[in-house]
Amino acid sequence: MIVTIIDILLFFMLVMTALAIVNRRRLFSVVMLAGVFSLLTALLFVTMDAVDVAFTEAAVGAGISTVLMLGTIAQTSRREKDPTRSGVLPFFVVAVTGAALVYGTLDMPNFGDPNAPAQLHVGPDYLKNSVEDMDLPNVVTSILASYRGYDTLGETAVVFTAGIGVLLLISGLAGRRRREDEEEN
Amino acid sequence: MQHHLILRVITKLLVSTIILFSLYVQFHGDFSPGGGFQAGVIMAAAFIFYGLVFGLENVQRVFPPWIVHRMMALGVMIYAGTGFFSMFLGYDYLDYNAFAPHHPSHGQHYGILAVELGVLVTVTGVMVAIYYAFAGRPPQVSDEDW
Repeated sequence: MIVTIIDILLFFMLVMTALAIVNRRRLFSVVMLAGVFSLLTALLFVTMDAVDVAFTEAAVGAGISTVLMLGTIAQTSRREKDPTRSGVLPFFVVAVTGAALVYGTLDMPNFGDPNAPAQLHVGPDYLKNSVEDMDLPNVVTSILASYRGYDTLGETAVVFTAGIGVLLLISGLAGRRRREDEEEN
Repeated sequence: MQHHLILRVITKLLVSTIILFSLYVQFHGDFSPGGGFQAGVIMAAAFIFYGLVFGLENVQRVFPPWIVHRMMALGVMIYAGTGFFSMFLGYDYLDYNAFAPHHPSHGQHYGILAVELGVLVTVTGVMVAIYYAFAGRPPQVSDEDW
């Protein structure tokens, strides 16, 4: 019961934050509210007992990405441009998409349903064998690092690629501009 | 941010605590929530925090860009190297039982520790490198502009 009330409260605050983000024109407050949004999402993950995910969401969503967005604002503009066209068509598109998503969730299994397809594949084996195989209390670590070690290797490579991509896009340009400036001087 | 005395004192207090917490998340990941990815992000957050308050030059003196860039690749190499090491010992790629054949769960502990270290190094490197890339570009913003 108490969890339901907390969930409703958190979702209510989430929607309020989203509406506040839509209404702001000053991008600084938009970024800060996006951090609040991430933090609320992290709290929702905690109420679902997904603490590892909540941890990541709080650290990445509320922490690092806020700083990166601030860095982006510093490079670009402090204010969002005022809209030149009416918002009726975008609102219609968003409303239809949202309705389709809600309609899609009607077919999904209930939260925590033990017969959900996601719970029936390899999950039970991992949960049953991990204590014997790994002797680790945190089954999330066992799955991530050992059972699905290949996947995590791939994810690490993705993070690495993302870093390389950003470096190529941003640092390269800065260096080229600096060299051009030096040549002009 | 030279004139923000409170911010600077608090930062000095907090940065070391954040790094310590990130190491806790890293090495306690077997027992509690967390692991290499979360620890890497928290570690990077400590350096970014320092950079925000004391400026990019100072944080780059502590954590030079050339180390950061090498860390990005080093982490993936640690991870992939763990796999090659287990292959070298005659087991499958990333089969951690290779590291302690008589006591497989100990081998799993060593393997998980090694790959989590790889994830930590790469994630810290990438996050800090992205921050350096963004913050290193002009124009720098003065406090009043916000």
